[in-house]
Amino acid sequence: MNHAIQIEHLDFCYGTKQALFDVSMDIPALQVTALIGPSGCGKSTLLRCLNRINDRIPGAHVTGGSIKIHGIDVMRPDIDLLKLRRHVGMVFQKYNPFAMSIYENVAYSSRIAKIKDKAKLDEIVESSLRDAALWDDVKDRLHDSAFGLSGGQQQRLCIARAIANRPEILLMDEPCAALDPLATLKIEELIQDLKKQFTIIIVTHNMAQASRCSDKTAFMYLGKLIEFDDTGALFSNPKVKQTEQYITGSFG
Amino acid sequence: MITEETLLRQSSGKGRGWDRVVRGIFATLTYLILFIAVLLFGKICWDGAPTLFTSEAPFINTSFLFDKNETLHVFDTAAGERLQLPASQYMEYVKQHGEEAIFHHKSFSYSGGGIIGPIAGTLLLTAGSILLALFFGVSAAIYLSEYAKDSPFIRAVRLAILNLAGVPSIVFGLFGFSVFVLAVPIITQEPASRSLLAIPLFGTGSFLSFQGWNSSLLAGCATLACMILPVIITASEESLKSVPQGFRDASLALGATRWQTIRTSVLPFSLPGILTSSLLAITRVAGETAPIMFTAAVAAKDDLPWEGISNPFEIFSSQVQALPYHIYTLAARIPNSEYTQRAQFGSVFVFLLLVAIMSFSSMYLRAKMRAKLKW
Repeated sequence: MNHAIQIEHLDFCYGTKQALFDVSMDIPALQVTALIGPSGCGKSTLLRCLNRINDRIPGAHVTGGSIKIHGIDVMRPDIDLLKLRRHVGMVFQKYNPFAMSIYENVAYSSRIAKIKDKAKLDEIVESSLRDAALWDDVKDRLHDSAFGLSGGQQQRLCIARAIANRPEILLMDEPCAALDPLATLKIEELIQDLKKQFTIIIVTHNMAQASRCSDKTAFMYLGKLIEFDDTGALFSNPKVKQTEQYITGSFG
Repeated sequence: MITEETLLRQSSGKGRGWDRVVRGIFATLTYLILFIAVLLFGKICWDGAPTLFTSEAPFINTSFLFDKNETLHVFDTAAGERLQLPASQYMEYVKQHGEEAIFHHKSFSYSGGGIIGPIAGTLLLTAGSILLALFFGVSAAIYLSEYAKDSPFIRAVRLAILNLAGVPSIVFGLFGFSVFVLAVPIITQEPASRSLLAIPLFGTGSFLSFQGWNSSLLAGCATLACMILPVIITASEESLKSVPQGFRDASLALGATRWQTIRTSVLPFSLPGILTSSLLAITRVAGETAPIMFTAAVAAKDDLPWEGISNPFEIFSSQVQALPYHIYTLAARIPNSEYTQRAQFGSVFVFLLLVAIMSFSSMYLRAKMRAKLKW
């Protein structure tokens, strides 16, 4: 199996408070990996380590272990964070388009990469919006403000914006938490399409969502990785008692 | 156990009566304040409005707004009629009728003509100082909120800025006088004799001379800007901090640099808040007298700031009149009489209107921006 990301014995601290304890997992390429667990279990922290967006939080740092993406340790001091984040895209819990037009939102990452060719920009915007299943909704109002879209559309716009970079890995931090069930369904369908092109890691509170749309599932609790297995196996036949209690709803 | 007794209102009770008294005291005090405010504004409007408004179209006394300030001459004609004429018309009259046609002549400085000079000066001072203060203040706020790590030093810097807000304005006036008027460096061909230090710039024949900007529009703007910097910095920092973290994350996660992130996803959303702070600053700057007394303002000036200059930049090195200083001059430096009232209350009334217009236009701007940037 081809592993996109290898996490080995990762320890992570916010100041003096340890948030991750000895997490090791191999995340397969071009599949959907779900991270589940109760609030504060470290699943978002783990996700945010992968593109090092946690770096901006004062005192947050890795205290042990390593994260390798295609064999390259991303914690190395000579890693260019701007380049890393172009390869590891991210979609957030609360949809957060920029205060610009729909077109400019998607073209943002190309603009900061100094792509000026109009035809190329148009092509990137169209293909990204198509991939995010949003093109048909917005093709007539590309230059309207992004705030005029519905919540689900705004989140798909954020996905389009993230994949306009053509990253290899797409991180999703509870992408449906602020959406209604229909919009959620659309995003889940979208994830199934996207995994043909991108390795996807999704943090979710919703266990049904994890079982519906992921290939692998990791259950985390109190900063530790409790169990990591194929989604079917983990939900039907959990090996660890805590996992079973969590997915059957005995706690959490 | 619920009975009628436990639920029904008691007809009389000591607690209830006392409550009514307390309520009455608070209400009386509130209306007293309202009464004083109405009295104040009423007096100004009552005495000032007749100067500005007229009974015929266009209903506004444009000559008061757009004429230059002049001395007012009051005299009786041979027919016993009492005339009030500004200096220029008075000269005409004397030319036509001769000195002997003037009886009981009295003159009142600054009280005739219009107030275009002070209006223009105040507008220039306000715009200049707000622009200066926004540039430096927002830059500092961006550094403090987006770049600086929390440390004892940065906390001390914040405290110092906050304390600056409490410094009396006359202190800023003296500071501006000793620094901007007398000491800041300029490049000049021939340094003044009072120059603190003149460094020759070899090859150009010029000197970098620490002799200040003299009393000028620029010195006044700089002094006023210093005065409102703390307000602008503090409010802008708060406004930057209130932008949701997610906006910054979104941009950073796309591989943008800090500055790209601030420019596209932080500043646009904090602009309404920054504008609010500059709104408060505008009214404060426009109304201050003490900081401009030694640094920019003159009581009388024949030319408007943009008149009689050879290049547009000289506007910054010229002195200006200003409304608050003009009002001070009218009220305290010339003898009061029934003939000076027109100019006094007219100026005050126009001044209030001007401040109100500036405030309302920035409020309007802010509301428009807010509507556009909702999240």
